[in-house]
Amino acid sequence: MEEIYAKFVSQKISKTRWRPVPPGSLQTVETFATGSWDNEENYVSLWSIGDFGNLDSDGGFEGDHQLLCDIRHHGDVMDLQFFDQERIVAASSTGCVTVFLHHPNNQTLSVSQQWTTAHYHTGPGSPSCSSAPCTGVVCSNPEIVTVGEDGRINLFRADHKEAIRTIVWEVHFHPSNPDHLFTCSEDGSLWHWDASTDVPEKSSLFHQGGRNSTFLSHSISNQANVHQSLISSWLITDPAKDRIEITSLLPNRTLSVNSLDVLGPCLVCGTDAEAIYVTRQLFS
Amino acid sequence: MEELDGEPTVTLIPGVNSQKKQMCFDWGPGEMLVCETSFNKKEKSDMMPGCPFIHIIRKNEDVYSQILRKLFNESHGIFVGLQRIEEELTGKSRKTQLVRVSKNYRSVIRACLEEMHQLAIAGKDPASDRQFSIQVSSLSAMELIWNLCEILFIEVAPAGPLLLHLLDWVQLHVCEVDSLSADVLGSENPSKHERFWNLPGNTQTLTELELKWQHWHEGCERHLQDGTFASSPHLESLCKIMLGDEAALLEQKELLSNWYHFLVTRLLYSHPTVKPMDLHFYAQSSLDLFLGGESSPEPLDNILMAAFEFDIHQVIKECSIALSNWWFVAHLTDLLDHCKLLQSHNLYFGSNMREFLLLEYASGLFAHHSLWQLGVDYFDYCPELGRVSLELHIERIPLSTEQKALKVLRVCEQRQMTEQVRSICKILAMKAVRNNRLGSALSWSIRAKDAAFATLVSDRFLRDYCERGCFSDLDLIDNLGPAMMLSDRLTFLGKYREFHRLYGEKRFVDAASLLLSLMTSQIAPRTFWMTLLTDALPLLEQKQVIFSAEQTYELMRCLEDLTSGRPVRGEPDAQQLQDDDVETTKVEMLRLALARNLARSIIKEGSLEGS
Repeated sequence: MEEIYAKFVSQKISKTRWRPVPPGSLQTVETFATGSWDNEENYVSLWSIGDFGNLDSDGGFEGDHQLLCDIRHHGDVMDLQFFDQERIVAASSTGCVTVFLHHPNNQTLSVSQQWTTAHYHTGPGSPSCSSAPCTGVVCSNPEIVTVGEDGRINLFRADHKEAIRTIVWEVHFHPSNPDHLFTCSEDGSLWHWDASTDVPEKSSLFHQGGRNSTFLSHSISNQANVHQSLISSWLITDPAKDRIEITSLLPNRTLSVNSLDVLGPCLVCGTDAEAIYVTRQLFS
Repeated sequence: MEELDGEPTVTLIPGVNSQKKQMCFDWGPGEMLVCETSFNKKEKSDMMPGCPFIHIIRKNEDVYSQILRKLFNESHGIFVGLQRIEEELTGKSRKTQLVRVSKNYRSVIRACLEEMHQLAIAGKDPASDRQFSIQVSSLSAMELIWNLCEILFIEVAPAGPLLLHLLDWVQLHVCEVDSLSADVLGSENPSKHERFWNLPGNTQTLTELELKWQHWHEGCERHLQDGTFASSPHLESLCKIMLGDEAALLEQKELLSNWYHFLVTRLLYSHPTVKPMDLHFYAQSSLDLFLGGESSPEPLDNILMAAFEFDIHQVIKECSIALSNWWFVAHLTDLLDHCKLLQSHNLYFGSNMREFLLLEYASGLFAHHSLWQLGVDYFDYCPELGRVSLELHIERIPLSTEQKALKVLRVCEQRQMTEQVRSICKILAMKAVRNNRLGSALSWSIRAKDAAFATLVSDRFLRDYCERGCFSDLDLIDNLGPAMMLSDRLTFLGKYREFHRLYGEKRFVDAASLLLSLMTSQIAPRTFWMTLLTDALPLLEQKQVIFSAEQTYELMRCLEDLTSGRPVRGEPDAQQLQDDDVETTKVEMLRLALARNLARSIIKEGSLEGS
């Protein structure tokens, strides 16, 4: 784990997401989006770690991440996902789901589509439609699924005005993962759990405080072996055979790390201490 | 009561006519509410319309600055780091560590300074430019003061290195702006001086240094008196300057931007081995000479003077008055406290100065919708009043989403603040009930260990069941586990649901005994007994005998209990009569079913097996 760059950005970061790299393309990981929370004015922002014309001696990129553009967001950003290369879906604490469109030619973000009453409470005590926070969103082009504190799951299509289907339920999502696991938690720690088979010494330290966001690694090189290692690495409980190396990725611990995203060798995370951390050399 | 150091500033509330109307106010945790009242001393009834608004007055504007937020966040990390390593700070490395912390703080100030400077010269609009410029000079002053405090109080530089540190200090803050002065004053001197200050591994003692310098100084004087430079007035004045001649120095006043620049230059040429304790003599005279009776010292000058006099308390006091927020004094005092420099004399409120300042600063953070998370850590490190302050503040954070509520709860649970946990969970449970999210409400009441509220929510569940015939949030009720014991009503809810499950699985005998036990153990509320008895009907009507004779007697007893306990009503109206009719029919049906079941069970139990 080499250098990690920190930048204080005057907003508490609730989500960070890498922009997906089109499969088979030679593009490197360059851009990530962030969403803020707990501000009177929240923002969805796009950042770049790309080429600013300075290459260091190894040919790598120097300098920290720079803001490309941002746009105001009503309410806390509860979840954020890239719908495709240009569109970002944001889930708001006001119950609204917004699709933002990025215009690369003039580096701006605009609202492409919005469902303002995706999540709401109905009940004897609440006024006719009081809003409920939308707590999570996942996309798989062309569909978007959202879930909220009102217990609804909605299915939207990117071009339709209304929700396609609504189910009332209470569900919590947890993504599953292959042999690299990254966790960030409420106590401000960021851990890399490496269960790939040729690594020594399992650590029995299951050091997690509070709520975690476990995350799936998009290790590009391991695409073929994903299903195999899913079965082998994490479900075996034999301590003799199991080896997991656990490394802490942040230099010092402060407030909660709310979100992290991994793409290729790059990791980005955002904290309640209003800082964004980026590293481009995870597996070195 | 301490006397006021200055007149308090007057703030006008827009729209309120304080000449004609009385104002009233009330304090909040970080703000003040002000509005007009109709109470008027002069006239009895004043029909003039007044200002209809309630004003919220906040004193701390800086908290809302984008750039200062970076200062608050980054310095928070440094502060917490310092508190954590306190136990490890011992011996020689202690001073180096503390100096490093001080430099960290200063670099954060500098970073903000740079950024704000960029904004100030960006030229967006004159009003904000001016605002930024004010902030820039404020931050610049802060760094200047902190740097001097670092040299005098933390680094505790002895005579010799002291002057070098002061030289750096002046160069950093003054000579950047004025490179011309650096040229004139620095041209011939560095090379000469390097020979005297061979720093790394300096084996010379102070006395040796003094002697060498004395020797050089006398040489210079001889040159001056011999008139070596008589031909060139410029070189002559240069020589006088190098001898520390004050008049000659003051002639170059435009190049010396301020009195402390003058002070350090003077010391460089006349008393390079000045001791820390003697600094204030030279400082005072430098200030007087430089101002020359034309102007009076400004707040910054007084602060620096207090530092030169090693009066730490005065420095902090003056800074508290001069600066617009508590950030600077809180962090500096805390650092100086770690250097063991503050005597702990108690203030009127029972805590020491460090704690007082930290509490003020943290309270200011809590007034901000977002920075409250930083405030928590500051309260943690105030041993006397930190905890109670945190308890008061944390309950008042507005909770707009469950995610935020969970973060706040975690803070409370980590510190065993059970009262606050209970209170917050109650608020969330109440919100959930209002939004008809009964499952959510139940989870919150269980987390709050609030038996009364759990009873309330369970009643709602049961009412819903009676109205709709089915339960909501089955997954929650089915998996209550030991939490079921929180309240009787909740236990009943869980067990009643279990009855339905058993019935669904066709385990009739178990279901039957559970149903009976719900009544006999008095867990079921009386109002629900009719429903339970009605639930027993299908079990009584089954082909096989499910309830034993004993159990049937129990059921009959329950029914009689229920019917005999009916209050006698006065004048029954039509609706009541109708209801009573329905009730009577039910009771009749039950009595019939129970009697039949009793008969069958007696026969069954009386018969031999297989016959």
